[in-house]
Amino acid sequence: MNFELTKEQQMLKDMVRSFAEKEIKPYAQELDKTSGFNEQAFKKMGELGLLGIPFPEEYGGSGGDTVSYAIAVEEIGKACGGTGLSYAAAISLGASPIFYFGTEEQKQEWLVPMAKGETLGSFGLTEPNAGSDAGGTRTKAVLDGDEYVINGEKCWITNAGFARQIIVTAVTGKKDNGRSIISAIIVPADAPGVTISCNYDKMGVRASNTCEIVLENVRVPKENLLGDSQKGFSQFLYTLDGGRISIAALAVGIAQAALEKALQYAKERVQFGQSISKFQAIQFKLADMATEVELARNLVHKSAWLKDQGKPFGKEAAMAKLFASETSFRASNQAIQIHGGYGYMKEYDVERFLRDAKLLEIGEGTSEIQRLVIARHLGC
Amino acid sequence: MNIYVLLKRTFDTEEKISVANGQIQEDGAEFIINPYDEYAVEEAIQIRDDKGGEVTVVSVGNEEAEKQLRTALAMGADKAVLINTEDDVENGDQYTTAKILAEFLKDKEADLIIAGNVAIDGGSGQVGPRVADLLGMPYVTTITEIKIEGESVHIVRDVEGDSEKIETKLPLLVTAQQGLNDPRYPSLPGIMKAKKKPLDELELDDLDLDEDEVEAKTETIAVFLPPKKEAGRILEGELSDQVQELVNLLHSEAKVI
Ligand SMILES: Cc1cc2nc3c(=O)[nH]c(=O)nc-3n(C[C@H](O)[C@H](O)[C@H](O)COP(=O)(O)OP(=O)(O)OC[C@H]3O[C@@H](n4cnc5c(N)ncnc54)[C@H](O)[C@@H]3O)c2cc1C
Ligand SMILES: Cc1cc2nc3c(=O)[nH]c(=O)nc-3n(C[C@H](O)[C@H](O)[C@H](O)COP(=O)(O)OP(=O)(O)OC[C@H]3O[C@@H](n4cnc5c(N)ncnc54)[C@H](O)[C@@H]3O)c2cc1C
Repeated sequence: MNFELTKEQQMLKDMVRSFAEKEIKPYAQELDKTSGFNEQAFKKMGELGLLGIPFPEEYGGSGGDTVSYAIAVEEIGKACGGTGLSYAAAISLGASPIFYFGTEEQKQEWLVPMAKGETLGSFGLTEPNAGSDAGGTRTKAVLDGDEYVINGEKCWITNAGFARQIIVTAVTGKKDNGRSIISAIIVPADAPGVTISCNYDKMGVRASNTCEIVLENVRVPKENLLGDSQKGFSQFLYTLDGGRISIAALAVGIAQAALEKALQYAKERVQFGQSISKFQAIQFKLADMATEVELARNLVHKSAWLKDQGKPFGKEAAMAKLFASETSFRASNQAIQIHGGYGYMKEYDVERFLRDAKLLEIGEGTSEIQRLVIARHLGC
Repeated sequence: MNIYVLLKRTFDTEEKISVANGQIQEDGAEFIINPYDEYAVEEAIQIRDDKGGEVTVVSVGNEEAEKQLRTALAMGADKAVLINTEDDVENGDQYTTAKILAEFLKDKEADLIIAGNVAIDGGSGQVGPRVADLLGMPYVTTITEIKIEGESVHIVRDVEGDSEKIETKLPLLVTAQQGLNDPRYPSLPGIMKAKKKPLDELELDDLDLDEDEVEAKTETIAVFLPPKKEAGRILEGELSDQVQELVNLLHSEAKVI
């Protein structure tokens, strides 16, 4: 057993922390207000190799591990939840499926520029009528000669407004048992028939770009099929397993930020002649927050470590996602409570933490779905 | 160009610092590269990239300083040397550090040595000039710009907010002031590469130095935090009375006049 980060992981943590303090955190409030996207930060993250952490050097990556990636997501999310979500989605959803399942040509064409931080990619699974139940996907892709013709609609797709390509899930046929065969296809964002509109007025993670995508007779070469045409479903389940680690890491980042803010405020705020951190009621809140953050982080690091060891990590990733996102929500809520009336004001950041944290209980599988996944792993 | 950078690991003075039993508590402190030394590393890398050669970062300290040296390697330095004095030096001062560094550097044929202007912990600003003196090398402190053309060096240095231009020659020691450059972050590929770069560890023995040769010339009597800032007071009443009261307070309470 060894709970220590390696020197490289520690250096990465220091680097991302000071980068995020300087290049991300100062913009968080403004981007929350305007729902803007910090393109400049993404450019710089690309230059620092942060968009290619878990990919090997031969594909333009930095050759880091999942633990390093989780550390980076935590630090970026601590500075700005929305930027953190876009960062996590760019790697886990935009780039990773191509790394896991792509052909050599697809990796060269699509993965390398993403890993180098030159482009962003999206993953379009969710549809108006297919969220938790991705089996209900209605988008269709029909092979016509050498091309797939795609029709359908995707909603709430992260980073699509800045993406060079979107991995779209679509029904390509029916199995003998009547279930749909779902495949994943790489669709260039500028292909004719693709309409991307990013007008959602979101509760939180407002610095993250979220879009609706309409696909009308979109034609892409059949070589754009990603991975096995029959196994699209299990492929994206695997992708989501990995993505959960990063959402959990993001949750830890927000929870840590909430804890730090609340602790600092509690020490400074004087009521009844002493700082409120002297009241046991406040101390117990802070003690609970700190304990949960520590537990959540350990679970994130453990699931990342399992993935790095090539061991099964699906159950732990679901547990990490479930516990960390709920911890994040509770910690943000308590941070507001400790701030009293000030916490209710935007200026103090903690109410934004709560709005950002809420998404983490929904995106990449709701808390209910995480519990379902865990229960299945338990053999229910 | 053979460039050496003097680098110190120091606690982050922007974080909370606590003192107990006359010593700064290292437990809760965050440790960083002394910020002025970060400018030195950045400048050395830029000069190396421009003129070729090699950048070696040297630190006198304990094993913990390896992290800061690795960070400098990740930024782009080529080699690092840690002179570990943990077992040999109990209470060093600027003389100690300078003596050790000079002993290490004396046969290295350095063209340029860059140090920080001051270390933010001790704040003496002595190590750079002392090393130069021991090496018999010219030095320029608090530089904000440096251009090298052949053997000649054009420098702008900060003199309490004004600028002074200096022409000098290599070999040379300079100390870096804020404004010299904008230090880069160590990139992730840089961090991965740093793993494979050489980091040598030396002790006093390896430099043929005895403990008494580097014994501190000064003695630290006490370490304490500055007094807590009290809340301000606003004087009231007629203006002339306020002036009278202010003068009285400056005299009797603040005892500055
Ligand atoms: C900001 C944001 C960014 C997003 N980014 C992306 C993206 O990049 N790509 C992408 O494909 N999708 C994305 N999504 C979509 C997200 O993954 C879905 O919102 C999520 O999977 C939930 O689906 P749904 O919203 O349709 O909710 P529903 O599935 O309709 O769920 C509604 C409620 O019913 C519960 N529920 C559903 N099924 C069950 C069950 N079997 N048992 C118990 N409870 C159940 C859910 O837990 C939830 O509480 C994003 C969403 C948001 C808000
Ligand atoms: C939208 C809004 C509308 C408002 N409208 C009005 C209004 O119309 N009129 C008006 O007068 N005020 C109003 N307020 C102020 C509101 O009543 C105060 O915010 C509230 O009483 C809490 O005080 P505080 O914000 O100073 O928090 P604090 O008193 O500083 O409390 C901070 C935290 O410390 C805890 N705490 C404090 N003392 C103790 C203790 N002894 N033991 C344990 N825990 C303790 C609190 O429970 C809280 O968690 C409003 C506030 C808001 C946000």
